[in-house]
Amino acid sequence: MQEALRFRLSEAEPLGRAEIIEQARSRRRGRRIASRGLSLTIRGLRKSFGDNEVLRGIDLHIPAGQSVAIVGRSGCGKSTLLRLIAGLETATAGSIDFGEAARTEDIRVMFQEPRLLPWARVLSNVEVGLGRDRASPDAQARAESALTEVGLDDKRAQWPAVLSGGQKQRVALARALVSHPRVLAFDEPLGALDALTRISMQRLLERVWHDQGFTAILVTHDVAEAVALADRVLVIEDGRIAHDIDVDIPRPRRRGSAELAALEGSILKSLLQGTEDTSDL
Amino acid sequence: MSLIESLPRVRSLRMPRADGLIAWIVPLVIILIWQVACVTGFVSARVLPAPSDVALAGWKLLLSGELVRNIWVSFWRASVGFLIGGSIGFAFGLANGLSQLSSRLTDTTLQMVRNIPHLALIPLVILWFGIDESAKLFLVALGVFFPIYLNTLHGIRTVDPHLIEMGRIYGMTDGELFRRVIFPGALPSIFVGLRFALGIMWLTLIVAETIAASSGLGYMAMQAREFMLIDVVVLSILIYALLGKLADSASRALERLTLSWHPAFQKH
Ligand SMILES: Nc1ncnc2c1ncn2[C@@H]1O[C@H](COP(=O)(O)OP(=O)(O)OP(=O)(O)O)[C@@H](O)[C@H]1O
Ligand SMILES: [Mg+2]
Repeated sequence: MQEALRFRLSEAEPLGRAEIIEQARSRRRGRRIASRGLSLTIRGLRKSFGDNEVLRGIDLHIPAGQSVAIVGRSGCGKSTLLRLIAGLETATAGSIDFGEAARTEDIRVMFQEPRLLPWARVLSNVEVGLGRDRASPDAQARAESALTEVGLDDKRAQWPAVLSGGQKQRVALARALVSHPRVLAFDEPLGALDALTRISMQRLLERVWHDQGFTAILVTHDVAEAVALADRVLVIEDGRIAHDIDVDIPRPRRRGSAELAALEGSILKSLLQGTEDTSDL
Repeated sequence: MSLIESLPRVRSLRMPRADGLIAWIVPLVIILIWQVACVTGFVSARVLPAPSDVALAGWKLLLSGELVRNIWVSFWRASVGFLIGGSIGFAFGLANGLSQLSSRLTDTTLQMVRNIPHLALIPLVILWFGIDESAKLFLVALGVFFPIYLNTLHGIRTVDPHLIEMGRIYGMTDGELFRRVIFPGALPSIFVGLRFALGIMWLTLIVAETIAASSGLGYMAMQAREFMLIDVVVLSILIYALLGKLADSASRALERLTLSWHPAFQKH
């Protein structure tokens, strides 16, 4: 009762933008307990396309709420692994288990391309992310708060065509976040962005991951990005997990610090081992 | 400076009302020169009547009610034929774009029929239908069918597969996927088909009416030719041009309305 009263009072007051954002954020933090990440257990996972055996037995356990980066040479099967986790491909053998029964809304993917509907305004694009809840009466409010989360609430009525590449990716992120997923898989989501936009997007990803507590799986070409963002880095080679490296550097991590650089160097070295051709890493 | 570079500045200078008027300057100048050429006797009235004579002929036909009746008949044939052929073409385009089975069953046949110029069927159509209304409707519908069919099919097949996958990931049902992703994605191409079809619609109708009709604009022109009323012949041609322009403007307006998301239609 008092809670409700206070809520109404605070709504009656004219709020500043920063306060609204803070409020939305703290409301979400409250929800964090309810929608914690899912753990993920993969056993003996294999995937072939015809004669081409891409994944040759992946065994992996990801605890709930962990953020994991997957690196590896081009064509080693990173995207394939991610698509298997997201249920977009069917495995040839092996199993993927989420600990408890996961709904489709619990697992979301973000790709390198934003994949926004050009004929839908930004807000409707975010509403698409609600899945089966699209028709619910609070759909619009939820989409708006997801847009606020990524700092684009002022672009809600725009067409995607007028947004910059980074802004489009942020809309795609809002769309992925709006259903409060418990596993969020990223396939090189920042691959097409310029260096500065990348850094601010990395901060944003780190913040939403911290706020919402989902399990994050990030495929990236950029080893520096992997060590800056993830709790753990997996290196895939020959269809298997060749290295499994814990990144226990405390957050917030300072970009360019000696610790990160040293770790990045050692991962790069293990990636390059036994390969002459380094150009397509 | 190249034309491209100077374009944005020209755009920002123009006034919205003047924009529509500017397109009419050239036709008006042509009519003016035409009038002067006829009045000075540079062009004989037996070759080309003056615009004023054409207008006078139009006025007389308007008063007698003949003009309105013929325009109405042509307009009716064009729109009914268009609706029939367009909706069948659209339906086949949808079916073959969405269903492998339907496509394998009918596409090859339709592609074969497409290579027959539909106006080549006129003798056959006259044998079948006489010079009845159905003959004209049949020809118009047939002519309109293919551009609509081909472009609807093409539009649906070229919808970005990434978007379709996205729709599936976010749990869209087949109906939603069609309504929110496939149809809007195919719409620009469908409009290309629509505008092609409108052109073919008038062309078919003119030919059909001059050959086999007892009313309509084409018939009016043929009658006038027999009585050497060259002003009425020219009048009919001008009216065809106007009607064609009208249909094109209508489809453009519809396009602007439904494709406002498209970068090509956004105001700067
Ligand atoms: N649908 C498919 N059909 C056939 N082969 C496929 C398919 N998808 C992926 N492959 C093959 O599987 C292998 C791994 O592809 P995948 O996209 O997973 O690589 P990746 O690690 O993501 O590469 P990149 O870093 O370049 O994105 C490649 O050899 C690719 O040709
Ligand atoms: Mg990939």
